[in-house]
Amino acid sequence: MMAVENAIITHGHADHARIGHQNVLATQNTIDIMKIRYGDKCAGSFQSIEYHKPLKINNLNFTFFPAGHILGSAQILIETKKSRLLITGDYKTSPDSSCQSYELVECDQLITEATFGLPVFQHPKPENEIKKILKAFEKNDTKTYIIGAYALGKSQRVIKLLRDAGYDETIYLHGSQLKICDYYISQGINLGNLEPVSYKKSEDFEGKIVIAPPSALKDKWSRRFSDPVICYASGWMSIKQRAKQSLVEIPLIISDHCDWNELITTIKSCKTKSVWVTHGREDALVHWCNSNNINAEPLYMQGREEE
Amino acid sequence: MKTFSSLLEKLLFTPSRNRKKSALKEYIANTPDPDRGYALAAITGDFKVKNITASFYHELIKDQVDYELFKMSYDYVGDLAETISLIWPIKSVKIQEELSLHAFINLINGNSKSEQKKIILDLMNKSNANERWSIIKLTTGGFRIGVSAKLVKLALAEYGNKNIEDIERIWHGLSYPYLNLFEWLENKSFKPKIKFSDMFHPMMLAHPINEEKDFNKLKPSDFFAELKWDGIRVQLVLDNKNKKVYSRTGDEISQSFPDIISNINGNAVLDGELLVGRKFEALPFNFLQKRLNRKKPSKKIINEIPAFVKLYDILFENGNDLRDLPLSKRRYILSNWLKLNPSECLDISKIIDFKDWNDLKQIKIESTEKFNQEGLMIKSKNSVYLSGRPRGLWFKWKKNPLFLDTILMYAQRGHGKRSSYYSDFTFGVFNDNAIVPIGKAYFGFTNEELKKLDNWVRKNTINRFGPVREVKKELVLEIAFDSINVSKRHKSGLALRFPRIHRIRWDKSTNETDYLKDIKKAFF
Repeated sequence: MMAVENAIITHGHADHARIGHQNVLATQNTIDIMKIRYGDKCAGSFQSIEYHKPLKINNLNFTFFPAGHILGSAQILIETKKSRLLITGDYKTSPDSSCQSYELVECDQLITEATFGLPVFQHPKPENEIKKILKAFEKNDTKTYIIGAYALGKSQRVIKLLRDAGYDETIYLHGSQLKICDYYISQGINLGNLEPVSYKKSEDFEGKIVIAPPSALKDKWSRRFSDPVICYASGWMSIKQRAKQSLVEIPLIISDHCDWNELITTIKSCKTKSVWVTHGREDALVHWCNSNNINAEPLYMQGREEE
Repeated sequence: MKTFSSLLEKLLFTPSRNRKKSALKEYIANTPDPDRGYALAAITGDFKVKNITASFYHELIKDQVDYELFKMSYDYVGDLAETISLIWPIKSVKIQEELSLHAFINLINGNSKSEQKKIILDLMNKSNANERWSIIKLTTGGFRIGVSAKLVKLALAEYGNKNIEDIERIWHGLSYPYLNLFEWLENKSFKPKIKFSDMFHPMMLAHPINEEKDFNKLKPSDFFAELKWDGIRVQLVLDNKNKKVYSRTGDEISQSFPDIISNINGNAVLDGELLVGRKFEALPFNFLQKRLNRKKPSKKIINEIPAFVKLYDILFENGNDLRDLPLSKRRYILSNWLKLNPSECLDISKIIDFKDWNDLKQIKIESTEKFNQEGLMIKSKNSVYLSGRPRGLWFKWKKNPLFLDTILMYAQRGHGKRSSYYSDFTFGVFNDNAIVPIGKAYFGFTNEELKKLDNWVRKNTINRFGPVREVKKELVLEIAFDSINVSKRHKSGLALRFPRIHRIRWDKSTNETDYLKDIKKAFF
């Protein structure tokens, strides 16, 4: 991704929102998140846009719709009088109480992400996944449970799922998670009592849940806990060998992206005539569209990494 | 099937051996017969489903999903059971009663292929992804969940509050679903009685001797010494009807050695080393390799490379268990037995006379350096015959290791306690200007050294491949190893036996390391 004069940004993840653009158009949440992560001066100017309110730029109407991915995430509809193009950005259609709910938008041309664009990805219900931790807790509440979760979006979602499942103890956070959690709370997402890990003794964390970015699990940081149970919240966790390889003891299949069934349901429901597939495993989704008489082509973009 | 598949998942994802053992114990305690027996047999590999192979599942999945999509997925996931279990279309089928593990196994084993297909199809539709994975793994074999038979036996011993040795001694004579075993573990019945000649008896193994520590504590007159023969350890089980040769892991290898089978008689269980050569003169291991893994050796090869056994020990004679007698007594019985049952394939491994440890050291140097023997065995005269590797009774004193200076190339994070440390190291040597891998080692260093190595790896990473880091080719590792062989495993075309990191040569530069061509010259 390059810094450009005018950037329209779908959401705050680093592979979508970068620093140095001159003008940024995004939802207020996305702008706030960018400022928290990169500082107030990470772009020349910011213009915030509300969901559902069209903005006219060069005879094109731009409308943002909730994408259900993280707080402030948007799909962007670009309309002329004749045609509607929808860019999904990263999205998921399944419910998530830590962000605005996804809305289906009909269009003539769809650009969809395909992070989990293989039929092996059929994400189970997240509320069942989170129970794995609570069940492990019932059996052994003397261990420290460290959950690997990305600082923006995933972490807050995991906390929210724990709260919705009735866990109301203090949850401890790696330093990098604090600011974004505070921001979510300021936006009315109730995350309960949170505290930084800081320099407490390893005994202080016995029977506690700690949330840290996945990179910290492999890092020296994790050595402060004696013999913790490593958990990891990610859509990739459905693949056992992959979970095993990252030394995860409790894999939590919790994803912020559509699984295969959500992807194909969206393609069918939005009544599009043509699909461009990007960000992920394009081949399988293109193959599926073509065998279902929908025009589809892969759209290759730069700077793409895994979730 | 549900409890069984949760057990498998739990075992797969639990890195700690102790926690795996607890999971097994919990399963044994909470699962009725005969399911628990079948489950343990499946995990230890004693039980296999017949007739179902990978192609069975390929056919099954073809009817369920677009095969192109399946192929793309398989390519990405890399494991058949995982791919099928995950790609299987989720259907809202009403779940009737749970099918038990043994009911499933009986259904599968008692039916034709087309019936098997119907049964599995139905079950796959009713299961979740993890259960589907378990069904496929169970029917095609090989769970790869990091649980050894030993761990299962330990869990059983703890569950029944029994001595592990008592379980080891009957294990190979039991058959699943182990009803008699569980009855005994739960004190509802006596220990299962198994005829000695119906089973392989687990072998007793030795620890490497620590010259500095052990010799001070050990009294030379309490020990026997004998040569450490470089063949394969075998057990001969003989009675009037049957004659069997087992490898050290309990696999029957009688078929490969008809020359031995036809030349031995008697009623005993013997422990020894299988070697090749004439007149009990052992040829190097390379020759023996030509006889191994041949299910039906030709007469020609048997004539060219005849096999024989150097006997170390006797475990049973005429149905009497001798294992609780001291070794000195067993050796006495062994020589008498051989006098009564002479064979051109059996010889005694001689006991070496020595005065003290220094004397024995001279003998060891002479035998390893002049006669290229593997080393010596040192066995307590009082030792009873226990399974596994009991401490302080038997020692092996191997010839001195060989050394190479190599260059650290890759490092991988370890498991369990070592999971935040880069502790598995791949090292290589110069081949002209390129560096080619020659081996891997993950021990030989102290905890302090590990911390330093870990730090060095983190600071000098140049590439990452999943859990593996490639490092700058700057650190010299002095590797100790037992022997070197030609092998396709590593790019260098060589493989080291038992490599370990002897010293980290922070002081050496990489142009002082050994070159591949020189290594080849020196060893071949």
